[in-house]
Amino acid sequence: MTLLAVERIKLFSTRSPWMCTALAIATVVGLAAIIAGSVESAQGMNVPVSQFGYQMGLAVIMVLGALAITTEYRFSTIRTTFQAVPHRSSVLLAKATVVALLAGVIGEIAAFSALGVARLMQPEADLALNSAADWRNVAGVGAVFAIAAVLAVAVGTMIRHTAGAISLLMIYGLVAEDLVQLIPGVGEDIYKWLPFNVANKFLTGNPDTPVGAGEGPPPSNATLSPGWALAYFAGIAAVLLIAAILSARKRDA
Amino acid sequence: MIEAEGLTKRYGKTVAVDDLSFTVKPGRVTGFLGPNGAGKSTTMRMILGLDNPTAGSVRVNGKHYHQLHHPLRIVGALLEARWVHPNRSARAHLRWMAKSNKLPMRRVDEVLEIVGLTPVANKRAGGFSLGMSQRLGIAGALLGDPEVLLFDEPVNGLDPEGILWIRKFMHRLADEGRTVFVSSHLLSEMALTAQELVVIGKGKLISQSSTEDFVARASENTVKVRGPQLARLREALIDEGVTVRDDADEMIVSGLDSDRIGELAFQHNALLYELSPQRGSLEQAFMQITGDSVEYHTGLESEAAALTPEQALAQASK
Repeated sequence: MTLLAVERIKLFSTRSPWMCTALAIATVVGLAAIIAGSVESAQGMNVPVSQFGYQMGLAVIMVLGALAITTEYRFSTIRTTFQAVPHRSSVLLAKATVVALLAGVIGEIAAFSALGVARLMQPEADLALNSAADWRNVAGVGAVFAIAAVLAVAVGTMIRHTAGAISLLMIYGLVAEDLVQLIPGVGEDIYKWLPFNVANKFLTGNPDTPVGAGEGPPPSNATLSPGWALAYFAGIAAVLLIAAILSARKRDA
Repeated sequence: MIEAEGLTKRYGKTVAVDDLSFTVKPGRVTGFLGPNGAGKSTTMRMILGLDNPTAGSVRVNGKHYHQLHHPLRIVGALLEARWVHPNRSARAHLRWMAKSNKLPMRRVDEVLEIVGLTPVANKRAGGFSLGMSQRLGIAGALLGDPEVLLFDEPVNGLDPEGILWIRKFMHRLADEGRTVFVSSHLLSEMALTAQELVVIGKGKLISQSSTEDFVARASENTVKVRGPQLARLREALIDEGVTVRDDADEMIVSGLDSDRIGELAFQHNALLYELSPQRGSLEQAFMQITGDSVEYHTGLESEAAALTPEQALAQASK
């Protein structure tokens, strides 16, 4: 508990987490507002469409997660940290937990606000949460954000440099995964197992609204069920975090 | 109490610290002296468990650093003043440190008061001057009221007032019975600050002794003799088996004290204008002892070593 409090003090005593928090919420809600304002009729708007902006918010969350650890390396406070608490694994677990909790809260606030804004702007549209899929699509954003934040902390710990870690996360998350589909033959099959695509499956999988009904992006093609998709995404983050902890223990601070 | 045993750190083929063994005792200020790049900071980081030794070990109060429970209560360290997040306030920086070792929050205000940072406690540390950052670092080191304190080059870049403050401060800590281990590449600073010296060069231990012994042993004590009839005295001195260096009307004698030279001069009826013992400068002593263990040779050392400050000034102003 002590370590969680330590990491909480560290996280909230600098500006960037606050800025990332505001930006993440603004992105998700803003995109929902833009879409709600531009759909031609209420039929074009549904729950998945209102959550379309989560992927941009996810990018901001990963910046937040990576910064939480790379700034420690950048300003060498990681050395003060390990001096105060020589058990590096506990430190990194505490940091990942605090960042994940914050990301989860941001995700919930952002997703429900986005839904609220969509309802305000398109009162006629079917934006009621009347199925498990709808709930998952909105409330699940927090879980995906939390796991992505852990993944970003892990990558940041291994790479240590802010620019390197953030570019890797952004290029991979926003570009590289989609490009894999273009590999002839096996591309689609590999894509089905890539983490962000699988995370998207958790949110948008098994929809109750027919595919293509709204104006949102096509749902994920991953083959896992939504529940397993979330477990798979969490598993990948956990593996990366373990690798990060092992590397931090072995390397000089 | 800090005990290093066969401490070694290799980075690829470069050996930064080579089989280093030394002991730092409580109640004294122990200087850790060596030229730049001698491995002082690496050794300090290994003491704090930040860098893993390639071989050997170092213990603080008989334990490895990672075995210490609430280490800030046992070891306080200031390795680098700028190890602070620039957007975090001084108070927030100390608050998380205090929290991590379950220290009461009022301790944060106490140490801020000790180092005189109370008025700027809520300002962002990024706006601090080097002297203020240094004080914040010291506040962090004192937070847990530790028995062992490590300072790496604490006076670097400080103004004379700051240097004096740190020097007095370290003596006070040692007088309170604490173990104070402070590194520097400046022998003159160490001569004023440290009572004991651990001297290293190229990662190897050169000597461990009291500062007085080190300086006495290292400095070549010579006597300058000036007068019109030096030729007579010279023969007598050579008969005594000492080394004499001649200039036009003066000699530098090493290996004999001024009393004996005076007696010889009297016996041989040599008139003297000057008979003055020359204390070797600390820099000379340092150069002589560390000799070949400077990491990067410039080819200027011998010249630099031979110059007294006055000569150096004269040469610089030419």
